[in-house]
Amino acid sequence: MQPYQLTIAEASDLLQARELSAEELTRSVLGRIEALDGEIGAYISVAADQALAAARRADEAFSRGEAGPLTGIPLAVKDLICTRGVATTCASRILENFVPPYDATVIEKLRQAGAVVVGKANMDEFAMGSTTENSGLQPTRNPWNGGHVPGGSSGGSAAAVAADMCLGALGSDTGGSIRQPASHCGVVGLKPTYGRVSRFGLVAFASSLDQIGPLGKSTRDCARLLSVISGHDRRDSTSVPEPVPDYEVALDRELGDVTVGIPVEFSVSEGLDPDVSAAVQRAVATIESLGVRCREVRLPHAQYAVAAYYVIAPSEASSNLARYDGVKYGFRDAGGGDLMEMYRRTRSRGFGAEVQRRILIGTYCLSSGYYDAYYRKASQVRALIREDYARAFESCDVILSPVAPTPAPAFGEIADDPLTMYLSDIFTLSANLAGIPALSVPCGFSSAGLPIGLQLSAPHFGEQVLLQVAHRYEQAADLQGKKPPLDG
Amino acid sequence: MTARITREEIRHVADLARLELDDEAVETFVGQIGRILEYVATLESVDTDGVEPMSHAISLKNAFRPDEPGEHLDNAEALANAPEKDDRSFLVPRVVG
Repeated sequence: MQPYQLTIAEASDLLQARELSAEELTRSVLGRIEALDGEIGAYISVAADQALAAARRADEAFSRGEAGPLTGIPLAVKDLICTRGVATTCASRILENFVPPYDATVIEKLRQAGAVVVGKANMDEFAMGSTTENSGLQPTRNPWNGGHVPGGSSGGSAAAVAADMCLGALGSDTGGSIRQPASHCGVVGLKPTYGRVSRFGLVAFASSLDQIGPLGKSTRDCARLLSVISGHDRRDSTSVPEPVPDYEVALDRELGDVTVGIPVEFSVSEGLDPDVSAAVQRAVATIESLGVRCREVRLPHAQYAVAAYYVIAPSEASSNLARYDGVKYGFRDAGGGDLMEMYRRTRSRGFGAEVQRRILIGTYCLSSGYYDAYYRKASQVRALIREDYARAFESCDVILSPVAPTPAPAFGEIADDPLTMYLSDIFTLSANLAGIPALSVPCGFSSAGLPIGLQLSAPHFGEQVLLQVAHRYEQAADLQGKKPPLDG
Repeated sequence: MTARITREEIRHVADLARLELDDEAVETFVGQIGRILEYVATLESVDTDGVEPMSHAISLKNAFRPDEPGEHLDNAEALANAPEKDDRSFLVPRVVG
């Protein structure tokens, strides 16, 4: 077994026992990236020198007996989370040369915990997309089958974890962008409760929906990462001053009396792939075999989630992306003319088609005369979706559903038609609209050998029960030994 | 709620958003965005009478903190990423003719 194949928990034990050095581990991961990433394209940039320096500091910490929960652990970070001195591009031409002068709060927390950031992961430009095909810089291939996409928008983070090119990763999730690529790449991905994790230093897409979260090879690894990155931050006024439990310790507690709700609306959803449906049904049977009760619940407004989301998210994006004007940072098209012409040329040449499409939709929905019909209406429907969840959680602790209606699509299969791509987000968007935590845990494979994920969601700040159920399911399903067919 | 969007509206919205679109882009966007807005119009069928619009997932009261000077970027750091600058300012093309 190579060091890069380890989970965070396994590597941590070996590092603590001094049977493996942090430098060896980081070199092993960098070697894996060198061997595979030319083909997969998960990383936009690899910070090898900084990573090795951090690994050596980790080894010194072990010698002093001062190791933290992530000391010496090599991680990938989605390229929209600011890293001081390391380019943060959002996979956009408009930020291609942007080098942040500060670290995001989550990066500070990772460094304090001893983690080694090995590189910045590819994504759909500004996190807008479901396949990573909207990256303005490069494609990312699914490690399980190079003809298929890794999902998106955190496709680079998910592919890097699946291909053992890091031990864990951070992504961001505005409408499913952690859970859906985790599902398509056969790894675990968690979107925390809105406000659980500070977003200071996260490049904003849709501010009432965005949340940073972990991707890992196991539920345990995600629990450990979540404990490190969670917590109130005075620099993010939306972060919530709620105590942070040790999520990993909670995993090993008795499950107790847990009820899982299965929304009737999701099981009759049109366009649900038979392999996905079968895998989710098998997962329900496995969960029931653990002594967990499953019952039907209703989410009557879930069918409107896509429509509400594709008003709210582009509206907020059109406002957030107004800051890219070619003045303070990033790309400028210096083609002459006055200030207004410079703005127009810079933004038209700097943003890709999907980003421009969403800016236009959002600007339209917020423009004079349309605000009430679109943004206000969508925000009212959003309130009804949140109420649906509150009512459903009166009779269950966790809600179970598919993550995506199909396994990972082939390149070009859905990204050419925006509405088709938007509709593929049907199962994941509601959690962002309601602000609740949700995760994806592997639950099987399609007949073509592509991974399928199971989505579990819980009430606000219900991450503990979510992780507990996922952990118990993961042990019972025993899929963790399955690895993509790669020869590094 | 209008179901479709016209070419003129696309041009107007592009102007508001400081985007420059050629005729081909206008044509592509008018079709795609028209279909998306048509889909979004399904929201009309939802009864939202008396429903308070939801702006944030978690209800927080205003997050006040004392207004005290803290750490901040110095001038050189703040200007480091600017496409055009002098030693203390961002430089932009002429604003008024």
